[in-house]
Amino acid sequence: MSAYMNALVALPVILPLLAGALSLAFWRSTAAQKLLGVFGTLALLVVSVHLLFETWEHDHLVMHMGSWHAPFGIVLVSDMLSAIMVVLTGIIGLATAVYSLSDIGTRHERFGYYPLFHLLLAGVNGAFLTGDIFNLYVWFEVMLVASFALLILGGERAQMEGAIKYVTLNLVSSMLFLTAIGLLYGLTGTLNMADIAVRLAEVEDTGLVTVIAMLFMVSFGIKAAAFPFFFWLPASYHTPKVAVSALFAGMLTKVGVYALYRVFTLIFNQDVDYTHEILLWVAMLTMLTGVLGAAAQFEFRRILSFHIISQIGYMILGLALFTPLAIVGGVFYIMHHIIVKANLFLISGLTYQLKGSHELKELGGLYRSHPMLAVLFMVPALSLAGLPPLSGFFAKFIIIRAGIEVEAWLAVAVALVVGLLTLYSMVKIWNEVFWKAQPAGFGQTATPARSLFWMWPPIVGLALMTVMIGLYGQPIFEMAELSAEQLLDTSRYIEAVLGADYVESLQEMRR
Amino acid sequence: MEVVMALVIGFLYAAALYMMLRRSIVKLVIGLVLLSNAANLLIFTAAGLVRGAPPLIYPGDLVPPGVSADPLAQALILTAIVIGFGVLAFAVVLIHRAYEVVGADDMDQMKDTDT
Repeated sequence: MSAYMNALVALPVILPLLAGALSLAFWRSTAAQKLLGVFGTLALLVVSVHLLFETWEHDHLVMHMGSWHAPFGIVLVSDMLSAIMVVLTGIIGLATAVYSLSDIGTRHERFGYYPLFHLLLAGVNGAFLTGDIFNLYVWFEVMLVASFALLILGGERAQMEGAIKYVTLNLVSSMLFLTAIGLLYGLTGTLNMADIAVRLAEVEDTGLVTVIAMLFMVSFGIKAAAFPFFFWLPASYHTPKVAVSALFAGMLTKVGVYALYRVFTLIFNQDVDYTHEILLWVAMLTMLTGVLGAAAQFEFRRILSFHIISQIGYMILGLALFTPLAIVGGVFYIMHHIIVKANLFLISGLTYQLKGSHELKELGGLYRSHPMLAVLFMVPALSLAGLPPLSGFFAKFIIIRAGIEVEAWLAVAVALVVGLLTLYSMVKIWNEVFWKAQPAGFGQTATPARSLFWMWPPIVGLALMTVMIGLYGQPIFEMAELSAEQLLDTSRYIEAVLGADYVESLQEMRR
Repeated sequence: MEVVMALVIGFLYAAALYMMLRRSIVKLVIGLVLLSNAANLLIFTAAGLVRGAPPLIYPGDLVPPGVSADPLAQALILTAIVIGFGVLAFAVVLIHRAYEVVGADDMDQMKDTDT
């Protein structure tokens, strides 16, 4: 592989780190930081799209860091799932960077919003690309530290209270992850994920393997906000600036979902009946509790926060069913969800700027005053509920179809009911925020100090993407199909990382 | 030796969980500190305890002689200690600031953002 292709795998991590370092260098100039925010994420998007196409062509791209060959050195691996996730990070990064131009005030900018923003993107991309389990922990921590600081930027009381819950539960999750890594290392003597997968097949103590698998499930379940570990999410996601909320809602929990997909396809695939049965129940309960929690809420961003949880359930359901079609559906769902959910948060921020409130009872009349915004809300809202021809319909359709094929009737029923309740929540927002008349005494914002212009392009762009995924879903489906193929046929990943010779010599040794 | 270490680690996990279940946010952070130390000791023990055999390669050899301690586990712990230090420093500043804003170190006073 040429030097450029090698570098390409690392670029999605290097570029945000570079942009973050440059933002620090321009600490005093917010204008320069804003430019770096937009053009840094634009460069990230371009590079990641290129990486996606190269990965599509070459199946797996592997970079051995410092030329220390796997399993001894750390590897960065780009398979279809990683590449797709990196592209989505680029899209959401660019959208929120543009949105930040209008949303983030000088006070936040002075306290290092942009450097932290880039650091967060670097951490997220590192977690997606690494092929080493301990390195995954390190990237998780990079991402978490950046998210901690972004979450409390502003220092209001609600932010502090939310942050304590967010920080505590995420640290507990990290420590469980570290515990699981320690036990896994003791068992296999390696940290490279491909090597672990090869060696675990020979381990005789399958009971201990299942224990480790459960530790991973709990740890990533906390990060993904799955049932019953989701409490930190609705307590904290509505407290920071909307641009930050949107970035968190789009990417952070999905890193947990990605880690579940990676670990429970590549490493823990010996005792599928046991582990994936538990995942199935987790998925169903996550969907139900999320959507029921949302039904009880009357604050725009809190409703959206609870819907993140219920949507995470669908993604885990795709993994739990563990058929090729279900994994396709899960990957498709992740792609659809990240775009739609970030967009809904961005819209909630714009309505806040227009009407000065997040409470449904204080909002109203936006259809009359801003019909364009009402249409732009309808697109992601209906897509989230799964109405055709938008992206959410196909995402739900594939997963439910996969459920019917394996006759998991209960899961299918839950998925359908949750879809309906999602529609209920979205219609509730529509009625309260857009349709009903403006309640007297509210909605009188002082004219915003800054122009709201830069809030519109990301919302329009993401809404267009939602429509396009719905209307021209074929290439997206093909990408999801290829990534499912790669996830289920682990020998391709293992050979790409370790090399055919090494795998062969291991098999010789076993004989 | 392994048995003693296992008991110590188990005790540390138990103590950490006990501290985190208290209402005081100061004790919460102490619990987190204990938890990260417990995880580090667990890596140390799980990688195998070898006494008095540093993984040194003598001049002219390609591998260390005989059984030696695993240096990778210690590198992992070192990394984890550094990360844990940074994160916990953040947590301490956070609870200090939360104490200033809320005016109490009681978790029960911090329910505004829950449902």
